[in-house]
Amino acid sequence: MSAAAERIEIPAFPDLSRVPRVDEVGIYERAARFRTRSIKKEAKMDALKMVLSMIDLTTLEGQDTPGKVRQLCAKAMRLDTSMEDLPKVAAVCVYPTMVGVAREALGDSGINVASVATGFPSGMTDLDLKLDETRRAVVAGADEIDMVISRGAFLRGEYRRVFDEIVAVKEACGDAHLKVILETGELNTLDNVKRASVLAMYAGADFIKTSTGKIQPAATMEVTLVMLQAIRDFYRETGRMVGMKPAGGISKAKLAVHYLVMLRETLGQAWMTPEWFRFGASSLANDVLMQIAKQRSGAYQSPDYFSKD
Amino acid sequence: MANDEKIMARADSQAGAAGSAGTASKPHRLAVASESERVGVVKTYKLYVGGKFPRTESGRFYKVDDRKGEPLANICRASRKDFREAVVAARAAFSGWQNTSAFLRGQILYRIAEMLEGRKEQFVAELYSTGASRAAAKTEVEEAIDRLVYFAGWCDKYQQVFSSVNPVSSSHFNFSLMEPTGVVTIIAPEKSPLLGLVANLAPAIAGGNTVVVLASESMPTAAVSFAEVLHSSDVPGGVVNLLTGQSEELLEHFASHMDVNALVYCGTDKGQIKQLQTLACDNIKRVILRRQDRWDDDDSRNPYLIADTQEIKTTWHPIGR
Repeated sequence: MSAAAERIEIPAFPDLSRVPRVDEVGIYERAARFRTRSIKKEAKMDALKMVLSMIDLTTLEGQDTPGKVRQLCAKAMRLDTSMEDLPKVAAVCVYPTMVGVAREALGDSGINVASVATGFPSGMTDLDLKLDETRRAVVAGADEIDMVISRGAFLRGEYRRVFDEIVAVKEACGDAHLKVILETGELNTLDNVKRASVLAMYAGADFIKTSTGKIQPAATMEVTLVMLQAIRDFYRETGRMVGMKPAGGISKAKLAVHYLVMLRETLGQAWMTPEWFRFGASSLANDVLMQIAKQRSGAYQSPDYFSKD
Repeated sequence: MANDEKIMARADSQAGAAGSAGTASKPHRLAVASESERVGVVKTYKLYVGGKFPRTESGRFYKVDDRKGEPLANICRASRKDFREAVVAARAAFSGWQNTSAFLRGQILYRIAEMLEGRKEQFVAELYSTGASRAAAKTEVEEAIDRLVYFAGWCDKYQQVFSSVNPVSSSHFNFSLMEPTGVVTIIAPEKSPLLGLVANLAPAIAGGNTVVVLASESMPTAAVSFAEVLHSSDVPGGVVNLLTGQSEELLEHFASHMDVNALVYCGTDKGQIKQLQTLACDNIKRVILRRQDRWDDDDSRNPYLIADTQEIKTTWHPIGR
């Protein structure tokens, strides 16, 4: 990533009137095409492993306990005890109060700790509280911060305020990576999704992320495609790569593989690593494991034989 | 019946009108088929999965001949993926069906019998077309209806018969209950396409299991029509899923699927039985073998058939002393 010097400069506010309109019908047609791709045998196996390596194993519930977070971390480090040569997941994603527990449990396993922040999931707190929360999460050991934007402000047209908030949180992150959650389920139109993506990227986001998982609809292929295209346009304009994280509602391996197809055909090979693409999911990992077990044994699998997380 | 006559009458009058309205004045008017020329509507036999009637995803089919060796119907040749979908549907329906009250399950089974009674003629004709004599077909359908009523009655009674309060020498109240095992796959008998199907299906669903059935390969038409009966009988979608196809191709998956809890095999092929038992080991499925030819005697009309696909749960409840 770029040097610290770049963060000190105040990023330029983008001219949103120059953001082209989204062809909604075209997006839906294009997204539907990806779902018709047939990926089999070795290619499927490789894709499934790639999906595993890109998962942010997530638990974001009011009922989370340190015990549950430790259990999730144990699973992150060893996804299935009966299968060898599986990749590790990319990160474990938790609430700020659980960052310390996750950090300790993951140790030097190479798996990142991601923390949501800034009044997740609604983002309805004051900016100084958001910044404080972010700093605390980073101090506690978070490698990645998943912030939410103020959707209310965005929908009111206060783009500048949203932009400034992201800039401020980015600064509070220090060396931690910043993922900006647009919560597309509340943005109503694909045009808004694109505008919010542009806003977030110009404000310094390392990743843009679709959803909190608390609002329906969460990630859809259409919304993700719009965001991927925004990343492509941003890259062409500025030369800076930005990562993508669809989150929420992706629970089947087949769908995840279709997302990879979409990624490959929109952004290309360079983005096909956990450094630039993540899945935010809790139940996806198990479905992928079931598919891998099916590929290996030939027998269809049952969730009864995979750990609940 | 009355409806049919109305439609025919309308066709007649239209044909008449076309005839008289004139060859000369309106030569391009399309001819309307008269009664004798009417092309019958032939039923497409499809699968029954999750309360819907899909075609096989594979697009394959095989032909079934009637009693004279003439082509009777094209039948879906289900693939392993159809089977996979059927198990997903059955698993999804399981908790709801398991928790349906015993009394309601009985009512629903009785409802199936009512619906089948109403379509008796159709089933007799269907069994006749695939080779049974008229008399045998009639007996088979009636026996199938009665069998459904029989198991409808057992729905809220088998628990009392098979459960027990066990004497133990500690201060516990110890009792054992029957619980459905889960998703049951059934390889229906090749002969007796309706009664054989009902005789194996009814005890499994009476006990709260959900099932995936592979119908008789050579005589599948009655089974598919029976799915229509199920569909109109308040049986929740996914409780019964019916596939047609080649057992040789599908057996392996019926036995190896990890999310299937029990397998009922009707047949005598030693090679197949060995294959099934071997593959079933992986998740320790119950394999229930039913080798009989006849499905109309007490061997297939008793509550032990329900117990075959039940698990016994024993509870130790502490009591003060």
